[in-house]
Amino acid sequence: MICQNCNERQASVHLTKIINGEKTEIYLCEQCAKEKGEFGFATDPFSIHNLLAGILSPDVHPSRNFVKQEVEQCKNCNMSFDEFGKIGRFGCSDCYDEFDPRLAVMMRRIHGSDQHTGKVPERQGQTILIKKRINELRTELQRAIAKEEFEKAAKLRDQIYDMEKKESIEDGGVE
Amino acid sequence: MSLQDLIKKELSKWMIAPGPESDVVVSSRVRLARNITAIPFPNRATTEEAEKIFDLVKNALKEHTPFELNLVDLAQLSDIDRTVLMEKHLISPQLARGGQYKGVAFSNDEVISVMVNEEDHLRAQVIYPGFQVEEAFQLINKLDDYLESKLDFAFSEKYGYLTSCPTNAGTGMRASVMVHLPGLTYTNRIQQLLQGVNQLGLAVRGVFGEGTEAQGNLYQISNQVTLGRTEEEIVDNLNRVTTQIIQQERHWRNQLLEERKEDLTDRILRAYGILMYAHKISSEEAVRLLSSVRLGIDLGIIKNVNPSILSELIVLIRPGFLQMIEGKQLSTEERDLHRAALIRKRMRLSQNQGIE
Repeated sequence: MICQNCNERQASVHLTKIINGEKTEIYLCEQCAKEKGEFGFATDPFSIHNLLAGILSPDVHPSRNFVKQEVEQCKNCNMSFDEFGKIGRFGCSDCYDEFDPRLAVMMRRIHGSDQHTGKVPERQGQTILIKKRINELRTELQRAIAKEEFEKAAKLRDQIYDMEKKESIEDGGVE
Repeated sequence: MSLQDLIKKELSKWMIAPGPESDVVVSSRVRLARNITAIPFPNRATTEEAEKIFDLVKNALKEHTPFELNLVDLAQLSDIDRTVLMEKHLISPQLARGGQYKGVAFSNDEVISVMVNEEDHLRAQVIYPGFQVEEAFQLINKLDDYLESKLDFAFSEKYGYLTSCPTNAGTGMRASVMVHLPGLTYTNRIQQLLQGVNQLGLAVRGVFGEGTEAQGNLYQISNQVTLGRTEEEIVDNLNRVTTQIIQQERHWRNQLLEERKEDLTDRILRAYGILMYAHKISSEEAVRLLSSVRLGIDLGIIKNVNPSILSELIVLIRPGFLQMIEGKQLSTEERDLHRAALIRKRMRLSQNQGIE
């Protein structure tokens, strides 16, 4: 295992951080571990961007080393995935789309989740709001069926149908 | 300008106004990170793109809004003025270094501030005095709704609000409290508590100074995770933990009063004495002593000093503020002299008439 900070020396310090049940592991050589200082609570021994670089480094999975990495680049701002890995910051909002398949793992490591559940902006989020509402109605429908409340279930089914029609209109309008 | 006028005119609401549970919670803050779709983030934007962002925000705030925000171009300000804004927590250290098309918009009472072209295109925050995380969230949420009606924020269904650093994606929200914990510190309970807080997904750091020694026993506690939790869950979690901390801190303060009253009183009155008479003082020593004085006020050991002295002076005695008051650059020694003089004046002010 190579140190995830300097990517040069052999790692001898293994640090495990658990946030919300999600484990983040980092391997460091002695020198880097010393430079990064103590692992106390008040200091932030690693710059978050170093940590991200560690998470994204292909060395984390040695078996994948001989799979040639494709050159991925954001079409909007020209940031490459490697560059993102080094500085730990995206170039623009489109990078999220461009690098998506690889982001989910990283997001789970950082946040313990890869799915936003919070606020949805009103103006741009119309379709998203509708989708959310449909999901809620579907859950209600399942519950109604389980309780054999068929009249309620029929109403819910119609509501879902209406919402789905709305959704296809919104989608058509956007794309 | 008299000291009273200076305090009223130059300090923000969170430093001078009373707030709930302010014996432990100094201030509550919520900030949101937002970006405009497709325009590169500030670390990658060209000058033209940075200018475009600046103008977009300027236009969005131009109309008469219920928030009354005035956008200031930081390039127009002196180094000292930018440092003062940083010391008031209205801008970040990064923005205090200045640069083209970087700005901050804030309300008159300085409760709201919106940074432009910091790490993200927009960083909006609300700071209230005392324990008011929920209230701060309500206000910032309204501001966000307003801004969203004018600007195209980058948002994805999966990753929420898209930010320059992936650690802010999702809600883009960081909610925090600044807490004053002398009771837990003097009874050596602090490490244990803070480790517990860490395990609950909250980050803790000293407000001043580096490492585990938090100067003035002041700590900032904030959520670490921004994705996969709703804003309400984040606020709720912080509120629950803070409520626990308030109870613990009060418990240990009372314990100190019961078991080590004479030592505690001595410590507090010595701090009071030094602040009343020191001729020269560093900000580190001042913050430490002010913490003791504030504890003395909260425990009824010091009776004639206004409790807001701590939150006022931790800002007023910073280098930028001292230099702004004197209207010139000051050496370290000159600052230590002016700082001591300012504190002496402020201590006597509350003795005679109080600030209100």
